[in-house]
Amino acid sequence: MKNKLLLLFIISIFTIIFIIFYKGLKNTNVYTPDIKINKEVPSFTSELFYSNEVVKSKEIFDLDKFYLLNIWSSWCAPCRQEHSLLMDLMETKKIKIIGVNYKDTKKNAESFLSELGNPFYQIIFDKEGVTAIEWGAYGVPESFLIYDRKILKKYIGPLDEQSIKEIKFLIK
Amino acid sequence: MLFSIIGHYSLILGLLISLTLIFFSINNFKNSKSFDTKILSFTFLQFILVVVSFLCLILSFIFSDFSNETVFNNSHTTKPLFYKISGTWGNHEGSLLLWLLVLTLFIFLFLIKTKNQPIKYKILTLVFQQVIIIGFFVFLIKTSNPFNYLYPIPEEGLGLNPILQDPALAIHPPILYLGYVGSSIIFSSALAATSLNMISKKWASHIKKWVLISWVFLTLGILLGSIWAYYELGWGGFWFWDPVENVSLMPWLALTTLLHCVLVLEKKLVLTSWVIILSISTFTLSMCGTFLVRSGILNSVHTFANDPERGLFILIFLFSLIFISLFIFFFFHKPNQSNLNNFFWLSKETSIIINNWFMMYFLSVVLVGTVYPIFLDVLTSEKISVGPPFYHKLIIPFLIPFLLIMAIGPKLKWIKSNLEDKVYLISLLFISFLLSFLIVKNFNSNFLINTILISSALYLFFVTLRDFFIMKKNNISQNIAHFGFSLLILSILFNSLFSTEIITNLKVGETFETSTTKIIFKNINQKKEKNYKSVVGNFSIQNSNGKIDNLSPELRIYNQPNIVTSEADIKTTLLSDKFLVINLVQNQDYFNVRYQVKPFMLWIWLSVLLISLGALISLFKKEYEK
Repeated sequence: MKNKLLLLFIISIFTIIFIIFYKGLKNTNVYTPDIKINKEVPSFTSELFYSNEVVKSKEIFDLDKFYLLNIWSSWCAPCRQEHSLLMDLMETKKIKIIGVNYKDTKKNAESFLSELGNPFYQIIFDKEGVTAIEWGAYGVPESFLIYDRKILKKYIGPLDEQSIKEIKFLIK
Repeated sequence: MLFSIIGHYSLILGLLISLTLIFFSINNFKNSKSFDTKILSFTFLQFILVVVSFLCLILSFIFSDFSNETVFNNSHTTKPLFYKISGTWGNHEGSLLLWLLVLTLFIFLFLIKTKNQPIKYKILTLVFQQVIIIGFFVFLIKTSNPFNYLYPIPEEGLGLNPILQDPALAIHPPILYLGYVGSSIIFSSALAATSLNMISKKWASHIKKWVLISWVFLTLGILLGSIWAYYELGWGGFWFWDPVENVSLMPWLALTTLLHCVLVLEKKLVLTSWVIILSISTFTLSMCGTFLVRSGILNSVHTFANDPERGLFILIFLFSLIFISLFIFFFFHKPNQSNLNNFFWLSKETSIIINNWFMMYFLSVVLVGTVYPIFLDVLTSEKISVGPPFYHKLIIPFLIPFLLIMAIGPKLKWIKSNLEDKVYLISLLFISFLLSFLIVKNFNSNFLINTILISSALYLFFVTLRDFFIMKKNNISQNIAHFGFSLLILSILFNSLFSTEIITNLKVGETFETSTTKIIFKNINQKKEKNYKSVVGNFSIQNSNGKIDNLSPELRIYNQPNIVTSEADIKTTLLSDKFLVINLVQNQDYFNVRYQVKPFMLWIWLSVLLISLGALISLFKKEYEK
C-alpha cells in the first residue's frame, strides 16, 4: 500500500515536470526584454560616484524629462562596445544619461571613463550591486528608458544601432 | 546523391532489424535453453548498417554533396578536410546518427562480451536496448533525417559555425557520446536484472566494467569540452556553469555515485535500490541533456536547431522510458530486508554512503540551477539566469567534509573498522592545516573558508600521496583516482585564488604599465587561410623580474558563415598559463586587450587525466585477473 502511494506520488511529480517542459517548448527561448510600460521607477537612495553624496531617486529624475539609466561596469566587455553609442546619444543633448556603476572599483571605473569618455550626466556608485537589484536588472549592461519617472522601455544586453535609433525616435 | 540513398535505406533496414530482433528475442525468451545465434548475427548486421549509413554521411561531407540538406547547412567547399569530416557530427542530424552508432555498437559488444550470465538476462537487456534504439531510429528518420534531398542542388554550402572549427571540439562529441550512450547499456541491463530479480554481487562485478567504460569516456569528453571552452571562448575560464556544461556534469555525478555503489554491492549485498535508481537516472539524465540542448528550450552553442517537434518527440520518449523504469522498479524490485540496517558506523561502506549523499546533493544543486529558470519562465513568465555564485555558494562549503571523508574512507575496512594505528591520519591533518594557513595568510578575502578548504584538499593529497609509498598494491586504481581528484581541487582553488587579470584598450605601438607588468602592443600582421582571414596582434609582455614573453593573439574573420572569432594566445608552462586575447572596439583604432596569468592551469587538465587513468587501471586489472 505504502509502496503504491509512493509510486503514485512519483508519477504525478514526473507528470507535472513533463507538462512544464512541454509548455516550455512552446515558449520562445529568446530573452526578450520585458516591456513594462508606465511602471514607476523604483525609489532608492544611493551614493554618487564623484561627490560621494547620498541622493534619493526623486532628486535624480525630474518629471517631464527623458532619461536613460545605463548599468555598466569597467570589467564588462559588452559595456565597452556600447560605450561609443552612449557618447553619441549624449551629444544629441535631448536625453540625460544616468550611469549605475555596478560592482566596480572607483579606480578601474575612472580609468574606463578617461579612456573612452564620460557620457553620463550623473553616476550612481553601486559597489554592492544593490541598486541594480532594485531595478530588476539581470546583469550588465542593461539600460532603461525613463520619462516622467516611469520606465518606458528596458534594454537587456549592450545597446546597438537599432536600439539607439529606437530611443532617438521615442524621445522626439 | 548515391550516398544519401544508400545511407537512408540502411537506416530503414536497421529499424526493421530492430523489430525482427525483438521478435526473435521473445521466442528465445520463452524457450531459453540456448542462446539463439541469429540474435547475435542480426545485432551485428544492425551495427554494420548504421556504420554504412554513418560512412555515407561522412562521404557526402567529404565530397561536399550539397544535394544533401545536412551537408548544405553545415559545410562549405573551402573548409579543410578535417573539419569537413568533423562537421558530420557537428550538427543535429549527424550527431544523432552518432548516438545510434554508439547504441548499436554497445549492445553488440555487450552480447559478445557477456559470458557466465543467464540467457534470459542477456535477451532482456537486448530487448530494452532495442526499445531505445527503435526510439532513436524513428526520431532520426521522422524528424531529423540526415539524408534529406535538396533540389535544385545548391552551388555552395552554408558553412560550419567557426567556433566549432577546433581540433578539441572535433573529437569532443564522439568521446562524450561514448560516455552518454554507454550508460544506455547500464540502464538496459539494470532493468533486465531487476525484472529477473538477479541483482547480486556477481551482477555487480559484471556491470562494473561497463560503468567504468562509460565513466572514462564521459570524463574525457567533459575534459575536452572544457579545454575547448578555455581556448576558444576567450574568457580564460574553463567551466562556466552554462546549462550545456551542467547537463554533462549531471550524468557524470550520477555515474560516479553509481560506480561507488557498485563497488559496495560487489562486496556486500546492500544498496541494491541505489544501484538500480542510479543506473536509471544516469541514462535518463543523459537523455534529458539531449532534450534540453536540442529542443531549443535552452539557448546555447549546442542548440543546433530550434524545432519544437523534435523537442516534443524526445520529451515523450524520455518520459516513457522514465515511466517504464519506474514500474519495473516498483513491481519487480524486492529489497533484501535482512541486510538493510546492517551498517557499522565506522566502515568503508558507511563512508561511501555518506559521500554518495553529498554527490546526490551536488547533483540536485546542478539540476535545480539548470531547470529552475525554465520552470520559472513557464509558471510566471519571468526570465532569470542562474550564474556561478549560486553554484559556488551551495557547493563549496560541502566540499570540505566530502574531501575529508574521501581521504579517510578508503583507509577503513569493509563491514567494521576501528581507529587503531591511525595516528598518521591526524598528524597529516595537522600538517595540511598549517600549510594551508601559510599559503592563504597573505590573502584577506574569505580567509577562514579558504584555509579550511585548502587544508581539506591538501589532506586528501597527502593521505593519497603517502599511500603510493607504503602500498599493498591492491588498490592502486582507487588511489590514483582519489589523488587525481585532490590535485584537481587544489589546482582549481589555486587557480581561482591567484589568477590575475589586466584589461585595457590599446592602439598599435602603445604600452600599458602596472607595477608588475608591462604590455607592449608592437604591431599587427594580416594572414590569409583557406577558410578565414586573420589579424594577428604581436605583443611583448614584461614581468617585474625582467622576463619577456611574446604573445600573438588573433582575430579571425571566417568567410562561411561570416563570423569574427578571437583566438587567445596562451603560453603554457608547468606552473602557470599566460593568456592574452584581443577584441575589436567598435569604430575605433583601439583593441580591447585582456591579459591573464592563470596558475596551475595545466594541472587541471592533467589531474582529470590522472583520475581517468585510475578508472582505466581498474578496468584492465579486472580483465587481467580473469
